[in-house]
Amino acid sequence: MTFTLLDETHAVPVDATVAADGVRLAPAVVRDALGWELKPQGLCKDDTCIPVPPSAALVRDGAIDLAALADLLGRPLALDAAENAACLGVAATDRARTLASLDAPDFTLPDLDGRSHTLSAYRGKKVFLIAFASW
Amino acid sequence: MWQALQTELADPTFQVLAVALDRNADDVRPFAEAAAATYPILVDSEHVVADLYRIINVPTGLWIDERGRIVRPNDAVFGNDTFAHMTGVTSGPHLDALRAWVKTGALPFGSDADVRARQVLPTADEQLARAEYTLAWFLHRQGRTEAAERHFLRAGELAPHDWTIRRGSMPIRGLDPMGEALMPLWSEWVAAGLPYYPPMKPVG
Repeated sequence: MTFTLLDETHAVPVDATVAADGVRLAPAVVRDALGWELKPQGLCKDDTCIPVPPSAALVRDGAIDLAALADLLGRPLALDAAENAACLGVAATDRARTLASLDAPDFTLPDLDGRSHTLSAYRGKKVFLIAFASW
Repeated sequence: MWQALQTELADPTFQVLAVALDRNADDVRPFAEAAAATYPILVDSEHVVADLYRIINVPTGLWIDERGRIVRPNDAVFGNDTFAHMTGVTSGPHLDALRAWVKTGALPFGSDADVRARQVLPTADEQLARAEYTLAWFLHRQGRTEAAERHFLRAGELAPHDWTIRRGSMPIRGLDPMGEALMPLWSEWVAAGLPYYPPMKPVG
């Protein structure tokens, strides 16, 4: 059935099996949606391979368990099986490492007229970044 | 609110960049028009910047230098003293330091280590809260209001002092962010000792 996987904020429709004991995705689905591929040496993406211990219970009946995948990647998972949707967030360790590097994380967002602005386009200026809200 | 600063510091090497943690441009437009803002006001309905920079309340300001380096991390920063009696934060010291940085390049902290010492880094629960918030906002936009509510509440439980989650979700959930729904959040926050960002005393 169609399941929405939010990779950070990016919604990816994927084919998934939603069972009482969890949500499972075919290895090819995980590869296409997230870039992680199951190989003999572990779960791999680009030059990185994460060993998969049997205790991780990553694969069952040839499919990848979403919660076990999140654990293995160290990413937070918000899951609503009844709604066929989940969000894989960003690990606190990854965020902390980036922030502590003091290199300002880049982003692109629309202004009030829908025009995109990218932080790094202001390189060469002193930027006072201010977050506010109407609430 | 920040237009006076952008006008006063009419320096081609200085840029105010505002990010609104709101649902959409319509939420923000009245504020932008009242401020007659000439600086960009960006709409961050998915809280991308809140997540990237661990922003847990507004207004939060930080300084990024010409090379894209964070030289002053998150701090509660106000354009005036309207809320100073409630927050205990007056606007003057931060704005004076900002003026000095723009005009003379004077930095409040002498080294990267000094800047890092003033950063608050996210916890695992805070990052799970953000994932719950993202899921809630997605479900809300799918018309799944009740399911969304469960995840907004879960996000708030995981990050009880994150106002971008607890107060920021109120307009989405049909609650008045200035009304009764704010009271428990406010009293919990006061009881916890106003955990916004640690007071930031510039060195030297």
